[in-house]
Amino acid sequence: MTDQRPIAIDIRKVIKRFGDFTALKEVSLGIRDNEFFTLLGPSGCGKTTLLRMIAGFEDVTAGAIYLYDQEIARLPPNKRPINTVFQNYALFPTMSVLENVGFGLEMQGKSRAEASRRAGEMLELVQLTQFAHRKPSQLSGGQQQRVALARALAPQPRVLLLDEPLSALDMKLRKSMQIELKHIQRETGITFIFVTHDQEEALTMSDRIAVMSAGEVQQLGTAREIYEHPRNMFVADFIGDTNLLEVAVDRIEAGRATCHLGGGHELTCDAVDGVGIGARVHLSVRPERLFLSAEPEEAESLRARVVENIFIGTDITTILDLDEGPRFQVRASNSDRGNRRVFEPGQSAFVNMERGSARLLVD
Amino acid sequence: MAGGAASGGNATSDAYAPARGWLLLPAWLVLGIVVLAPIGLMLIYSFLTKEFRGGVIWEFSLEAYDQFFFDRGLFGDESPTIQWAYIQIFWRSIWQATLATLLCLLIGFPTAYFIATRPANQRTIWVFLITIPYWVNLLIRTVSMRFILRDQGPLNDLLQWVGVISEPLTIINTNLGVQIGLFYSYLPFMVLPLYAAIERYNFSLSEAAADLYAPRHKILTRIVLPAVKPGVIAGCILVFVPSLGSFLAPDLLGGARNFMIGSLIDEQFRGSAGNWPFGAAASMILLTLVLLVLMVLARQQARLEKGAS
Ligand SMILES: Nc1ncnc2c1ncn2[C@@H]1O[C@H](COP(=O)(O)OP(=O)(O)OP(=O)(O)O)[C@@H](O)[C@H]1O
Ligand SMILES: [Mg+2]
Repeated sequence: MTDQRPIAIDIRKVIKRFGDFTALKEVSLGIRDNEFFTLLGPSGCGKTTLLRMIAGFEDVTAGAIYLYDQEIARLPPNKRPINTVFQNYALFPTMSVLENVGFGLEMQGKSRAEASRRAGEMLELVQLTQFAHRKPSQLSGGQQQRVALARALAPQPRVLLLDEPLSALDMKLRKSMQIELKHIQRETGITFIFVTHDQEEALTMSDRIAVMSAGEVQQLGTAREIYEHPRNMFVADFIGDTNLLEVAVDRIEAGRATCHLGGGHELTCDAVDGVGIGARVHLSVRPERLFLSAEPEEAESLRARVVENIFIGTDITTILDLDEGPRFQVRASNSDRGNRRVFEPGQSAFVNMERGSARLLVD
Repeated sequence: MAGGAASGGNATSDAYAPARGWLLLPAWLVLGIVVLAPIGLMLIYSFLTKEFRGGVIWEFSLEAYDQFFFDRGLFGDESPTIQWAYIQIFWRSIWQATLATLLCLLIGFPTAYFIATRPANQRTIWVFLITIPYWVNLLIRTVSMRFILRDQGPLNDLLQWVGVISEPLTIINTNLGVQIGLFYSYLPFMVLPLYAAIERYNFSLSEAAADLYAPRHKILTRIVLPAVKPGVIAGCILVFVPSLGSFLAPDLLGGARNFMIGSLIDEQFRGSAGNWPFGAAASMILLTLVLLVLMVLARQQARLEKGAS
């Protein structure tokens, strides 16, 4: 997996402390040119802090930040060719929409006429031409969000930072803005660094994702890599739904580990480095990688009792208990219902697991 | 939804409608007694005839206004020429008050900005510190200023001791003395409204401007100042108006050459040398002037807001 594109933003061993509180503990990340890169993590993990250091609003306690080949960690924000879409938009209330969008261009030394011509073009891009002469306070949240985007894009920055820009929008608008953002990123070829705490948003939009928690990068990879090969418990738990089972490793033979689930149940999965015999670790298996049947259909098959069926539109999730063992979630696509039998609560069924779908996690 | 809420609001106020007149009585009383009556009295007095030992004779006369604007010679029998003396005093007063307002703005803005950017728990302390001197009577403060600023006073001693100057500076009985006096008297009237405006200012707007390549001075002029403009205007009015009518600072720190309207009016009501109708007329002219300035400012503000939206 080598990528030939140059690194646009290189974060090298960056540490950030507020007083004696460490918000970022030695973060290193390379964000590639023209990439849609996402910082994903729960509230308070340091996403905004990292973004503000790239923008220049916060100084680094230690470490370096490079923009292509230039060290920028000590440049003031107005000297960095990086623009930000703020979470609360921060539109200038005394200026019209057009003046807002043209402000950056004007500050770059363009004439007022030139700035307002370019700003007009940007408003066309975000489909707000007819609102050009309104004040920001006279726009809806979604429209304000688009003005903020147009304003940040207008000066053609080398990198665009977006701090949870969609979090204030309703679900529907949010979905359409996700597609629009992705489209604009392709069109302009600008590197996007996008912050969100919504894992679904991150998975749909990003070329690569850095999952953060407690001031550290837990895993860096494509959406697929992170979803299918979570590196540790935190990532497995945070991204998507998963069955996280506490297990004890009984035997390891020919690269396969046999794990004890409690209640006499056993499962076999690929062994991983760092997990030896006797270790008590977690095993993760995605609910959609399991299926139910009346008779065992796979080598790994466990008998369980159905507790509940939960209908969630496209999918149906069945919750089952193993006898004296852990609880499982199994998810089937709604379109599979014709082929697969739906088991009612109280009935017993076999939980089948394809080879390779369960993963042992090093904590 | 909105319609329902609005009609709900109307229903509430309608329920009070019969009593509204009575409930507003205190407001009308205060306005009447404190604002309208004194101005009305002054207006009437300005059209009366002066009594030589102070006081008035109840006889209609335009003499006070005539005296203000026209010079008819020592015995009042020459053909009238424009009387520049009083107009000059007014002009000087406006000039002094404008300078004092600018000085207050220049010093008050950074001060207010400083206070508003302290951590929230420290701000009240700073505001309190700014207002402490104003618990002392203005007369006492002005006299103390005279003591500090005089030729052999502590300020000159200090400057000479440091070595900035070799000869004492003459500040008392100069324009500068008046300026310092007015500045010191009215600074909090500038700082407090500015502080209130800056505290409400959303500082992430400054970050957004810096992000969009604005250098510091552009952030100040293009983003911060427009946002806090109502505070600036309020502060300027609150300093300009009392400065214009002030008489303590010009009297005690400016001396005879830096006479201002306030002193002129003050003199008319003092002792037996006074001329009440003339004092009242001068007050009315001053009031008209102030109202004109306020109206121009208000109209300009309204036009700015309308033009922008
Ligand atoms: N100026 C500051 N002073 C002290 N602590 C701070 C400051 N700014 C942030 N922090 C702390 O640093 C940590 C990371 O904050 P940050 O704003 O980066 O979180 P985040 O990941 O953006 O969270 P959210 O998703 O809620 O926006 C938090 O624990 C926060 O309390
Ligand atoms: Mg944040």
